[in-house]
Amino acid sequence: MNKFIRLIFQFILFSLPISAIAQPVEMADTMRSEGKIYVVVAILLVIFVGLIGYLILLDRKITQIEKKLPEKKN
Amino acid sequence: MKTWLKGVSIVLLGYTIVGGLLMDVPRLNIVNETVRALYFHVPMWFGMVALFLVSTIYSIQYLRKPSFEKDTRAVEYANTGLLLGLLGIFTGMIWANYTWGSPWHGDPKQNGAAISLLVYLAYFVLRGSVENEDQRARLSAVYNIFAFAAMIPLIFIIPRMTSSMHPGSGGNPGFNMYDLDSKMRMVFYPAVIGWILLGVWIATLRIRIRIINEKLLNLENE
Repeated sequence: MNKFIRLIFQFILFSLPISAIAQPVEMADTMRSEGKIYVVVAILLVIFVGLIGYLILLDRKITQIEKKLPEKKN
Repeated sequence: MKTWLKGVSIVLLGYTIVGGLLMDVPRLNIVNETVRALYFHVPMWFGMVALFLVSTIYSIQYLRKPSFEKDTRAVEYANTGLLLGLLGIFTGMIWANYTWGSPWHGDPKQNGAAISLLVYLAYFVLRGSVENEDQRARLSAVYNIFAFAAMIPLIFIIPRMTSSMHPGSGGNPGFNMYDLDSKMRMVFYPAVIGWILLGVWIATLRIRIRIINEKLLNLENE
């Protein structure tokens, strides 16, 4: 009997990892799929947003300076 | 430049980055995924030609009726166009290294693009070497028109007459598929418009700085 219980426990223990492999676990896989291309997209977007933000700030600064200048009289 | 055009540029370029990397592209030998470089490398040249064209138009207008503003616009559009051209040639060298085998292949279009960039660099050398403002503006306006006229055969005609590895010429059959591929056009054309608009935006910022500078000089002289 003792041996039988041990056998059952052993069966459960060894079958655990197998069941884990058999059933795919749901994770946030979008960013990791297709060779992690989405990560590259995210990096490029961050750089792009940063550069555009910088350009917009530059634009505003120039507008401010233009307003400070008096109108040409000639 | 109108604010909404800046917005259009940002949206189109954001779409280019996401769509350009994620949307389906034709599966081709040798080029593989680098076919996506088309969305980023080629619009540089379209942008450059568009900005040079605007620059030439201002140069012609300057010669018809000289004004400081027209000269300034001609310079800065040429300047921004040159920036896009340099980015185009460097991205092209990276692409060529992995698909043609070496960064500089002596391809007719590659050589033509390099020569026309040098022609435009000479435009800035010419400007830097003339002291008198009116003379500088007039001489460089004439030269600018010549530079644009020289660029057309160098980039668009000669490479098509000889065998070039660039698409639209002899050789490189893998790329002929792209000519038919409407999926790539859906990203390519927005990318071209987006980059042209971004180039115009940067050019207008530089023009405004020059105009401010000129006004300050005038204030000092009063």
